[in-house]
Amino acid sequence: MSFPKVRVPYLLLLPGFVFLFTFFILPIINLAQTSTQTPLSGGDTGEYEQTLAFSNYIQAFVENKEQFGRSFLYATLATIFALAIAYPLAYAIAFKSGKYKNILLVLVVAPFFTSFLLRTVAWKQILGEEGFVVPGLRALNIIGEQTTLTSTSVAVVAGMTYNFLPFMTLPLYASLERIDPRTIEAAGDLYANGLTAFRRVTVPLSMPGVVAGTLLTFIPAAGDYVNAAILGSPNTKMIGNVIESRYFKIVDYPTAAALSFTLMVAILILVTLYIRKAGTEELV
Amino acid sequence: MDSKRSLSPEARSIINSQISRRALIAGAGGLGAAGLLTACGGGGGGGSENAVRWGNWPLYLDFDEESKTYPTLVKFSEQTGIEAKYFEDYNDNDEFFGKVQAQLKLGEDIGYDVVTPTDWMAARWIRLGYAQKFDSANIPNKVNILDSLASPSYDPMRESTLTWQGIMGGFGWNVEKNPKGIRTLDDLFAPQNKGKIVVLSEMRDTIGVILLGQGVDITKVTEDQFMNAVDFMAKKISDGWIRGVKGNEYAEDLTSGDATAVIGWSGDMFILASENEGKFDFAIPESGGTISGDNFIIPSTTTAAGKANGEKMINYYYDPAVAAEVAAYVNYVCPVKGAQAEMEKIAPELATSEYIFPTEKTASRLNVFRSLTPDEESKWAEAFQQAQGN
Repeated sequence: MSFPKVRVPYLLLLPGFVFLFTFFILPIINLAQTSTQTPLSGGDTGEYEQTLAFSNYIQAFVENKEQFGRSFLYATLATIFALAIAYPLAYAIAFKSGKYKNILLVLVVAPFFTSFLLRTVAWKQILGEEGFVVPGLRALNIIGEQTTLTSTSVAVVAGMTYNFLPFMTLPLYASLERIDPRTIEAAGDLYANGLTAFRRVTVPLSMPGVVAGTLLTFIPAAGDYVNAAILGSPNTKMIGNVIESRYFKIVDYPTAAALSFTLMVAILILVTLYIRKAGTEELV
Repeated sequence: MDSKRSLSPEARSIINSQISRRALIAGAGGLGAAGLLTACGGGGGGGSENAVRWGNWPLYLDFDEESKTYPTLVKFSEQTGIEAKYFEDYNDNDEFFGKVQAQLKLGEDIGYDVVTPTDWMAARWIRLGYAQKFDSANIPNKVNILDSLASPSYDPMRESTLTWQGIMGGFGWNVEKNPKGIRTLDDLFAPQNKGKIVVLSEMRDTIGVILLGQGVDITKVTEDQFMNAVDFMAKKISDGWIRGVKGNEYAEDLTSGDATAVIGWSGDMFILASENEGKFDFAIPESGGTISGDNFIIPSTTTAAGKANGEKMINYYYDPAVAAEVAAYVNYVCPVKGAQAEMEKIAPELATSEYIFPTEKTASRLNVFRSLTPDEESKWAEAFQQAQGN
């Protein structure tokens, strides 16, 4: 034994720590520094100096509270819809799929084999005027002649739900699959009907999957801007779109940084509240 | 022109720019990381002695669908022995600038020896010292530039820029939905187009066309006039007339039927029209359209060898016969004298196109957006972005 036992855990942590330090901590520090800068007087586009202008945060938030609200609303909706679709799906794969289990799992993951962007562009075609959804809904008189689906919040939320669905399905599957069927049988032996057994046994035991799935969906969805950019309109812009435009179009790095920081903190607070309520033990 | 592209312009540009888009997505998650990741931007590898790396806009060079090559570029390589690496990853002026600025500032290779920013962005590159001066001896064909383009305010002697193509901004429309065509803002905002109008994300073209429609001279536009036009656009967005503010992707919306009328670019519209049996058309607005140019620039980070190769390539594209070949494909305003005569030989029907070789009368209806100070640039860009919900 060349290493004393106490050092082993630290050594195991080292690669992760180095990686996180380089690609998370340092950028965060950089981001924090940028967020309080102001334009260099007489400087050119993109030249800023440090003036500790914390007012950047207030200004950035006030100017973009609408997009912040929309981000959290869309992310919440996408998470709820994804959960509604993924739970029965994961349940079926875990308990009812028999020999097709592996094929179904591959089908869940298969969309990952193509680019996120291409999949989103495909949605634009599906929901577009010449796709089959719009003419179909028109034929059924569900939407009017002038109504379109792309460039609406419906399209953005639908795109997000679709894109994050595997993130919801896989953790749900993992925790459902781990449930010992005998516990459900035991519930039956204790005179629970199917619904009660599901409500009192399956659901509580699958909670780790629900919590992990909702977090894996909600967090990236709140910061997402691709769906809003490709499927949305100027009236459905999310905070990610604002950050992108501040950074690349207006070359206003401080506001972009302040918005990123605010988004990060807001997500952190929401997630903390959620985990408090759901209980951290559910995550393991 | 007759060969149809199998992929939509949007899908193609996405495939071509996967790396940059990914970097962009990463950028939105942790903007600070961009500073650390500078080394991996750009076209690819370091500059080599016998190659030139050109970063250009998508669908902006003659392309042969069958061999999947760029015929003029292949000929250049054959003639000179210089390997030309072509990257269609200049998708947006601001985006590209945001991507390479940190490296330019540090003097690190950005991955391109030649890039083609639009006039106002070229002006910014020159102002910041990011553009190298050409060695005129390597570009004897420089004299072929059209007189009207020979001395822009940002580079009066054309010492470090040369026009690649000229772009007209005006109205594009679906002929079936707008049988009478679109000549004025009122035609554009006609009931049949409600909710199906897309305008360009290039501020100077969209706001320029609106300003001209409001009777404002865009060569002298004031801040009040500009903000007024931005408010006009914002109102049209919130009232549900304009469905999107986009770059080249508006072409996709037109073909999918999601858009019926646009403020768009001449060349795109002609490619669309020819690919869709005349389903689309383009016109310079009655009140005037915009004209701008994309310009060859050799970045300050290019090595001496890369610069010389780049200059040879620029010289090659200023050969009238080559310029005609490119123009026959891209349909943008050709900046090279003598190309019209060459066009007679290869595509006579295009030699009389007002949109490739504008007559004086047409040229007089096109206006150049005045250059902005750095202050105006960020303030006006901010207003324009906010109007589109950003």
